[in-house]
Amino acid sequence: MDAGTIVSIHKLCKSYHRGDQTIPVLSDISFDIAEGEFLALMGPSGSGKSTLLNLIAGIDQPDSGSIVIGDVDVTTLTETELAKWRALNVGFIFQFYNLIPVLTAFENVELPLLLTPLSRSERKAHVEMALRVVGLADRMDHYPSQLSGGQEQRVAIARAIVTDPTILVADEPTGDLDRKSAEEIMDLMDRLNGESKKTIIMVTHDPRAAKKAHVIRHLDKGILTNADHQDTL
Amino acid sequence: MQIIKILFKNAFRHKLRTGLTILSITIALLAFGLLRTVINAWYSGVEASSAYRLVTRNAVSIIFPLPLSYKDRIRQVDGVSGVSWGNWFGGVYIDEKNFFANFAVDAKSYFDLYREYTIPDDQKAAFFRDRKGFVAGRKLAERFGWKIGDTIVLKGTIFPGNWEFVMRAIYRGREANADETVFMFHWDYLNESLKKTAPTRADQVGFYMIGVKDPGRAVSISESIDALFKNSFAETITETEKAFTLGFVAMSDTIITAIQLVSFVVIVIILAVVANTVAMSVRERTNEYAVFKTLGFGGWRIVGLILGESVVITMMGCAVGIAATYPASAAFGKAMGAYFPVFNVEAETIVLDIVFSLVVGVLAAVIPVYRTLKMKIADGLRMIE
Ligand SMILES: Nc1ncnc2c1ncn2[C@@H]1O[C@H](COP(=O)(O)OP(=O)(O)OP(=O)(O)O)[C@@H](O)[C@H]1O
Ligand SMILES: [Mg+2]
Repeated sequence: MDAGTIVSIHKLCKSYHRGDQTIPVLSDISFDIAEGEFLALMGPSGSGKSTLLNLIAGIDQPDSGSIVIGDVDVTTLTETELAKWRALNVGFIFQFYNLIPVLTAFENVELPLLLTPLSRSERKAHVEMALRVVGLADRMDHYPSQLSGGQEQRVAIARAIVTDPTILVADEPTGDLDRKSAEEIMDLMDRLNGESKKTIIMVTHDPRAAKKAHVIRHLDKGILTNADHQDTL
Repeated sequence: MQIIKILFKNAFRHKLRTGLTILSITIALLAFGLLRTVINAWYSGVEASSAYRLVTRNAVSIIFPLPLSYKDRIRQVDGVSGVSWGNWFGGVYIDEKNFFANFAVDAKSYFDLYREYTIPDDQKAAFFRDRKGFVAGRKLAERFGWKIGDTIVLKGTIFPGNWEFVMRAIYRGREANADETVFMFHWDYLNESLKKTAPTRADQVGFYMIGVKDPGRAVSISESIDALFKNSFAETITETEKAFTLGFVAMSDTIITAIQLVSFVVIVIILAVVANTVAMSVRERTNEYAVFKTLGFGGWRIVGLILGESVVITMMGCAVGIAATYPASAAFGKAMGAYFPVFNVEAETIVLDIVFSLVVGVLAAVIPVYRTLKMKIADGLRMIE
């Protein structure tokens, strides 16, 4: 692994089984992601983008191949080890926000911190900080149903960054948003990448969203194209 | 802490569904509690009977009497501390449906043996002085609104005629399970009257009550007493008061089994209801549990969330059910007072309520917990609402 590489994927294969049918999704994928990179994964529906993202994020297991993140090959971890590893290293942003509806914005952001040894007051400080970063410090006590889609996604981003993870993964973070909200979310992601040097791996259909990324990779029929570097400045 | 807060909030997300589930637990526990209370009431005489007392009766049948002369011979048996006697009178007050137990007893010796009944000293003295006096249990006096000094007439069934009595005293039980519904008058009054009207029936006793110093010797004392009258024209059977009472009230094994079966069926039904509620809620929230797992929440926390929610629901039902059992039993007891002298909810019933609710809460969560733990995160996340 080169210095400055945070994710290194080698000969990754994944297929699904339906009955006695095997559906190959990813075949022999290898690539690296540099620390601080903002990568956009694009490609037609069903091409395996979410599958690849889930594998990198450690919520799915490949058939073969390795995924080394930092200095850990996540494909060798057990379920329990993976859970611990995810809690420390991965921030998740989903298309449908996936906030817990019975918890306030504050409590939703606090969730990942419940798994850390932080005290209540330390957690509070972290949560308030994260909500301030996404510009929702004044909505802490709101429930998800009392927030707009864009605001919900910002709370979800606060939840993703509150533990200061190694990588941020986002699966179509703007897929369910109107254009203006989508732009705000992309600006926020851009800022997180620029100011906090967060490594971001984002799946998107939206070319406008992909514009913010440094690197675009296309996935088609399980094959990954070469990196397409772009100047975002 | 946060986990507990979440599971409470989850439990009440579908207020109607949770409310109905709690209601069904409440009703089941209420039925269970009443059933047990009735059975306990039925057997309360047995519970209340003292280990320090024996009952001697005619070996042929309780309806055949024993000679009064036996009392002196029984008193001489080693280990006997006191002897009293009485007859079941079987009088009717105005109407058959006003049933209550009424006995002619040798009052002084009787209340010496029944220390668990208390009578104020002045009333006791007045009762002992008045040949036609009677003493009534507190509940019995309340039932008919009798006051001290009231004259009451019982129509004799075993001993024909209209018998007049004056209420001189009210007794109370020292313990909650004491029978406060009995009517007792002087055996001498009955005997004197019989001497005039039916001399052949005089000096005959329905049963002897015998006090013993050491309950551990009850069996050998009983044998000594029965040996005294062996081969006489009126042989005796002596047994503990408990065995004696049990002989009257014991339900058949079939009825007990049936009642246990009903209780069991009720629990299974409740289990089905709660299991359905929990399974439905957890299935609807598959996506949320996938998020918890994604964030790194481990198996035990997921178990805690689901199991906790299930137990919260059953314990709410349990609490309401227990709270409802007391007034329901009280109302039931009032309506059935004539048949059940004692009608109290036992602590054991409450303990069983709690145990059953816990067991149902845990069992109902087993399958949803298993499914959620086994679920692949990627699949769970795919399930959007
Ligand atoms: N659990 C599964 N069982 C069987 N097949 C699956 C499963 N998950 C995904 N697939 C299949 O794998 C392929 C890739 O799915 P994936 O969700 O990764 O695609 P995607 O690129 O994210 O698509 P989209 O843009 O629509 O989100 C699809 O053909 C899908 O049907
Ligand atoms: Mg996808």
